[in-house]
Amino acid sequence: MPAPEQRDEVEMLATMLLIRRFEERASQQYQAQKIGGFCHLYIGQEAVVTGAVAATRPDDYLITAYRDHAHALARGTSADACMAELFGKATGCSRGLGGSMHYFDKANHMYGGHAIVGAHVPLAAGMAFAAKYRKEDRVTLCFFGDGAINQGGFHEALNLAGLFKLPVIFICENNFFAMGTSVKRSTSLQHIVDRAEGYDMQAEIVDGMNFREVRDKLGEIIASIRKEPHPAFVEARTYRYRGHSMSDPASYRTKEELEKYRLDDPITRLRAQLTREGKLTNEQFDKMDKKAKEQALASVKFAGESAEPPLDKLYDYTYADAVEAGVSPARKASSGRKR
Amino acid sequence: MREITYRQALNEALAEEIARDPNVFLMGEEVAEYNGAYKVSQGLLDRFGAERIIDTPISENGFAGLGIGAAMVGLRPIVEFMTFSFSLVAFDQIVNNAPNMLTMSGGQFNIPITFRGPNGPAHQLGATHSHATECFYANVPGLKICTPATPRDAKGLLKTAVRDNNPVLVLECELFYSHKGMVEDDGVDLLVPLGEAEIKRAGSDVTIICYAQTVPMALAAAETLAGEKINAEVLDLRSIKPLDLPAILQSVAKTHRVVIAEQDRPFCGVGAEITYRIQKEIFDELDAPIMRVAQEDVPMPYNERLEQAVLPNAAKIVAAVEKIC
Repeated sequence: MPAPEQRDEVEMLATMLLIRRFEERASQQYQAQKIGGFCHLYIGQEAVVTGAVAATRPDDYLITAYRDHAHALARGTSADACMAELFGKATGCSRGLGGSMHYFDKANHMYGGHAIVGAHVPLAAGMAFAAKYRKEDRVTLCFFGDGAINQGGFHEALNLAGLFKLPVIFICENNFFAMGTSVKRSTSLQHIVDRAEGYDMQAEIVDGMNFREVRDKLGEIIASIRKEPHPAFVEARTYRYRGHSMSDPASYRTKEELEKYRLDDPITRLRAQLTREGKLTNEQFDKMDKKAKEQALASVKFAGESAEPPLDKLYDYTYADAVEAGVSPARKASSGRKR
Repeated sequence: MREITYRQALNEALAEEIARDPNVFLMGEEVAEYNGAYKVSQGLLDRFGAERIIDTPISENGFAGLGIGAAMVGLRPIVEFMTFSFSLVAFDQIVNNAPNMLTMSGGQFNIPITFRGPNGPAHQLGATHSHATECFYANVPGLKICTPATPRDAKGLLKTAVRDNNPVLVLECELFYSHKGMVEDDGVDLLVPLGEAEIKRAGSDVTIICYAQTVPMALAAAETLAGEKINAEVLDLRSIKPLDLPAILQSVAKTHRVVIAEQDRPFCGVGAEITYRIQKEIFDELDAPIMRVAQEDVPMPYNERLEQAVLPNAAKIVAAVEKIC
């Protein structure tokens, strides 16, 4: 693993800023009713995905749950494609057919965006299985929340990954609330990371508000997996500033608790580290932040001006062969009335 | 042509497809070292090795999902369910992940996976092990479903399913594994298209639409009816989805009378959809109401006499035909 470079850290800080500014715009557009369905914001947790992505190769597999905007942006999906997806437009990263919870970007190895809690964890095991089957040294990063660890699919996937020694890292973004239910009221264990012990799996806790700690720990694990495939489990302790979704005022938390985490903000922290080390000036930071705000604003304009997915393509994505269900490809001839 | 069993036909299909394409592998409970709960995968571990013939724990949700994930990145898994009654544990993977991925991703991820195994009631297995799942899955856009009733169709449909770029369910019949039938010689690349019904017996007076376990019942009923001077046509759907509506309409337009013999339950069953389609498309062709022979609408009892009362059979099909002919 080469030593992380200064350029990478400043770039990743810019990515964190883009995620933050993008989601602030998304929140505003949701309130303006430009965005339908559910919308779950990641604000506060940015160091987890950016730290992890900073430790990976672009061809490593990444899959996550429904709080997925940041994961796509961190992987390189454009803000335009992300915002257009929220608007349900044809230019969205899933052509407007997936929505907030179902972002996909094959070119950037972003494999969703999965909205049934815990159901994508077996998929991650399958992606890692494929990498091992083909004798590739790719690693699969599988993100999920603390709510997923009590689902059956999660446990089955961890057992399979442990049994088959699959090259996958299960990253639990522990923001301490499964929707509105505190982890203390949902989970039998005091420490989520202890779940991994039951599957004989390497397990680590990282400070999910600290970009460098996430990156460095993930870097070590990834290097070890590339040498010899095995699964690992990382509990990243983090905090979301907003409610579970846009409709949640998060009244189950105290102002004091939120304030405590805001003071530990992952963007502020990385900025301070870089500034202290003379790698970033205030002017540079302001310029980066201004750019992120402009990109977010431009994405709203792009999404607003983009076309809706065409009605006549409604059936085009149901089957890979684009044949309407119920009609045999071999006998599309008319049925015909005889009398 | 030579005569082989339904089990051997499936075994040949698996072996041929695994040999043909390095991306194809077989996974499931006891498919490898035990050679399959019903011996369908007999000898495959010895021939292809443990990297491609893979035993799993009893974790249907987990390994069905693992297969789908592997399919997202280019493999073509064949996942065996020891029976499709157990697929219900993996229902979320089969209905939510496999068929939705293509749409949700705006066309970026198709899922070329085959789920196969015995489906439908066998013999005195009780309510939990006797599900005919075709009507559950037929409701889901994005899935394809086939139901081979003969060794030839079993081999040809399974091979086609493995090559299809969508999730395909191959619903086999446990009671047929030892049935024998004529199949093309070894070395012939036998492919039976999905979505094509086949007339298993030509007739002129009534169309008996059937699939899977009801095919031999319909053929037996047709023999009995021949003695009553009723010449029945037996149309084996072979695929539930895509449904071969043109073949159905063509046969009904010839006979003007229909009995649908299905192995599932009557409420929202496969026959309900077919009935709707026939009356919608060719109402004027019908000379009598459409009849359905399905299971009784109860959880399957263990007792043999009661189980037989629940299941469709040739006598019930004959009785249904006699009501409209």
